[in-house]
Amino acid sequence: MSMSNLKKDSYSHMAQVLDISQEHKDYLHRVRMEKISVRVIQLFIFGIALLLWELCANAKIVDPFITSQPSRVFKTIMNLYEDGMLFHHIGITCLEAIVGFVLGTLVGTIIAIMLWWSEFLCKVLEPYLVVLNSLPKIALGPVFIVWIGAGPAAIIVMTLAISLIVTVLEVLNGFLTIDQEKIKLIRTFGGTKFQVLSKVLLPASYPTIINALKINVGLSWVGVIVGEFLVSKAGLGYLIVYGGQVFKLDLVMTSVIILGVAATVMYQGVVYLEKLLVKNKL
Amino acid sequence: MLTDESTSQYTIKELRCVKGGMPLIPVVEVNNVGMKYQSLNGEITALENINFSVEDGEFISIVGPSGCGKSTLLSIISGLIFSTSGTVFLSGEKVVGTSPKIGYMLQKDHLFDWRTIYQNVMLGLEIRKNVTSLTKEHAIKLLKTYGLYEFKDKYPSQLSGGMRQRVALIRTLVTDPQILLLDEAFSALDYQTRLVVNDDIYAIIKKENKTALLVTHDISESISMADRVVLLSKRPGTVKNIYEINLNCDNRTPLLTRETPEFRYYFQEIWKGLDVHV
Repeated sequence: MSMSNLKKDSYSHMAQVLDISQEHKDYLHRVRMEKISVRVIQLFIFGIALLLWELCANAKIVDPFITSQPSRVFKTIMNLYEDGMLFHHIGITCLEAIVGFVLGTLVGTIIAIMLWWSEFLCKVLEPYLVVLNSLPKIALGPVFIVWIGAGPAAIIVMTLAISLIVTVLEVLNGFLTIDQEKIKLIRTFGGTKFQVLSKVLLPASYPTIINALKINVGLSWVGVIVGEFLVSKAGLGYLIVYGGQVFKLDLVMTSVIILGVAATVMYQGVVYLEKLLVKNKL
Repeated sequence: MLTDESTSQYTIKELRCVKGGMPLIPVVEVNNVGMKYQSLNGEITALENINFSVEDGEFISIVGPSGCGKSTLLSIISGLIFSTSGTVFLSGEKVVGTSPKIGYMLQKDHLFDWRTIYQNVMLGLEIRKNVTSLTKEHAIKLLKTYGLYEFKDKYPSQLSGGMRQRVALIRTLVTDPQILLLDEAFSALDYQTRLVVNDDIYAIIKKENKTALLVTHDISESISMADRVVLLSKRPGTVKNIYEINLNCDNRTPLLTRETPEFRYYFQEIWKGLDVHV
């Protein structure tokens, strides 16, 4: 009895397997193997780089005082953690970056909507946008510090200044490339300008806005670090500048590595958001 | 055609005369309509002295050479843009803006790919703030009648071109318009699909008992669907001729129409009227 059951099960299992042709199975296998080998080689490169760095520093081929080394980086992280300063610095920098990033995207999108709404306003403001877009915003750093005072507020404004104009131009361009016939469709139903905005412009612009978000993630980190270079008492940018000034390269390397991880996490967050928002797009 | 102010007034009176006990007011009346566009390079007269009327349940095709202002005329009738002279009346009321009496179908289906089929169909009702249990039921009924109910939760990219066009028509029908304006509504489809969709949409329009105005540059298409064909001249567009289409065809469908002996005759007439030179 149990034997026949077992046999039946194995038959049905075989039938299921047989549903897929050998060629397709080979194809799936190849795809899987390629995926695995990409991951393995990625990890391998990372491991080798760390190992070489550590060994070269130990063997004094490079001077660990200048180049630091993985074990020293790890020690620095532990020291910072024991002082209770690790999450303080990371927290401040991340907070500044996130606030600047969210504000830049929101305010930028709102300004883009205003410029779309009034073609006249758009024409009037065009030369100013061109100048502001070309100007290296970092030059405004000292101005912000004098106006706003040394502190996180000035750093957030710095971040905003760097990401705002790019967002405005990117989103506005997205609005202007939307098919006019789609807007006409809304108008044939007697739709108002606000309905054109809410039913077509914004939903059709999700991909553009997400794209702006992706650019802004990078830009807001630039803004935060530049801001912290100029004026700050805490944060990863502060640690980098301070470490450089007192020749503690361990501290500089550690901060850069933490920064890389934090920026990547934020970028992946936006990618995840994209999947949520634009899931219907095939 | 009648271009003189006084004679066209007379026509209106004549049309409004009592016929079978009921006053006969045309569903659409285009009265001396003219349209000029301004640009930095000068003035373009797109339409001049357009006069015609459409009666309830009629299917009118408007043909003309490209650039003669056919689509402009539809936009004026729908109230999307305003003519620079003359007036349009819908059942005797002057057009001063978009009207719920009118359903507009554009060249492409313009289904929004971020909305499901059902959500796309509901678009017009949402805009008119008319989403009630009654209108929702109507939408579902239309989807069921025209074989799209099982696709209601799918996205437009999962449907074929012909089905998408049908969804676009239902999106228009669900707002219950009296008059349908079809602006080159089939020209984005490939030829075979187009013939099938012609039959499909024609049957739906007749079943729902709508008055329709079709703008097209395709002579065969215009004859195959219409009761009358309005021929516009090249720019500035004026009404060059109006052809009554009388076909010997039982259970008329656009495809069967193409097989009737009269079809060739009308084709030749309109072709001569179009006077195309390359």
